[in-house]
Amino acid sequence: MLVRIDQEKCCGAGHCVLAAPDVFDQRDEDGIVVLLDAEPPAELHQAVRDAAAVCPAAAITLERA
Amino acid sequence: MATAEKTPRFTHPAARGTCPFDPPPAYGQARQEEPISRVSLWDGSASWLVTRHEDIRAVLADARFSSDSTRPGFPFISAGARQLNTGQPTFIRMDAPEHTHFRRMLTGEFMIKKVQALRPEVQRIADELLDKMTDGRSGADLVQEFALPLPSLVICLLLGVPYQDHDFFQECSRVLLRRASTPGEVTTAQAELADYLVRLTETKRTRPDDGILSRLVERGELSSAEIGAMGRLLLIAGHETTANMTALSVLALLRHPDQLDHLRAHPEAVPGAVEELLRYLSIVHSGVTRVATEDVDLGGTRIAAGEGVICMVNTANRDEREFPGGDELDLTRDARRHLAFGFGVHQCLGQPLARLELQIALATLLRRLPGLRLAVPFEEVRFRGEMLIYGVHELPVSW
Repeated sequence: MLVRIDQEKCCGAGHCVLAAPDVFDQRDEDGIVVLLDAEPPAELHQAVRDAAAVCPAAAITLERA
Repeated sequence: MATAEKTPRFTHPAARGTCPFDPPPAYGQARQEEPISRVSLWDGSASWLVTRHEDIRAVLADARFSSDSTRPGFPFISAGARQLNTGQPTFIRMDAPEHTHFRRMLTGEFMIKKVQALRPEVQRIADELLDKMTDGRSGADLVQEFALPLPSLVICLLLGVPYQDHDFFQECSRVLLRRASTPGEVTTAQAELADYLVRLTETKRTRPDDGILSRLVERGELSSAEIGAMGRLLLIAGHETTANMTALSVLALLRHPDQLDHLRAHPEAVPGAVEELLRYLSIVHSGVTRVATEDVDLGGTRIAAGEGVICMVNTANRDEREFPGGDELDLTRDARRHLAFGFGVHQCLGQPLARLELQIALATLLRRLPGLRLAVPFEEVRFRGEMLIYGVHELPVSW
């Protein structure tokens, strides 16, 4: 799995951090998404899929999901 | 393709049914029979009504549906609501890029780690309120003594607003959110609240503190009027929603004793239970509104440029296609895809705070008041059907 984020689209709702805190974080200055792990291990794939599904701004895209 | 000449199904908002936790039956019926339908509004205009989960996600994620309430055709639920939404618009009634610009001044304030750091403070406030409420007494109105002051105290703390002024801003809030308020009443309440917050913002220029108003002043990008308007939005959104969601959640749990027992036995299930309660109760019963800026094909229906769209998130949260058995409260369900906070780039900015407050409020009540029960017959509880935010006016309980 390859995770991509779009910081322009991100609206800082924070769902991704709740769903997969090892993969996503938020920038201190404005709460915009930061990617911690672009190729997360298999055990995190479902959490990352959940994060992408609930992201209100479609800021997370998954390749080879 | 459907056209705008379709006959309106009913006048929005529709009359409530027998179960006060359920959306009025007309909306569920529309979702089954005609998920994208026409409704008429108070002023004789018509609007599209969207009721399915999937369609609402599509509308709210699509920039062709504008949040700008000054655009012709934008739908309003009442004359007062029109004034509320057009009087002194904030970023929630703007589109990109303006919306993004203003919202990003605040997203950092409500990010997960910042809100999580508030946990001990919110817990302390919840405990102090319950200490006071239960001191030498066996009953109280849970709305006035717990559900309302908890988020009010927290948002005051975050903004840097003195809590002792709560009677004033809560009364303004009541006028602003009452559907029957006249445009004149709304204008007056808006002006009073704006004046108050602008004056407060001015004091932060000379005596800065650690609140959001002060930080907005320090940015140096906004006028006191702009900061005051943002403060007004955060102050109202920050206490009305959580207060009503807390009281309504407690009532729903008391009416579902098996679910309540489950939660008492599994306090670790509180975060998931909060998501399910948000889904089941979804207190924004008046709908999330947009206007099309160009012709859009939505699930086979053509929405023309300039036509209003009302997204019934509470009805969509009961959509069987997304949540099987959706009319049942089931605290073990994975409800995270609910639309109670909206969807798209306008999705609730304060949702991490709302979650924290609801989790702490429910967990603390369950832990400290094992005998919590309703102190009046259920039929006597007054529901807020006439308000833009649903809930209960009072919740008399004993323990």
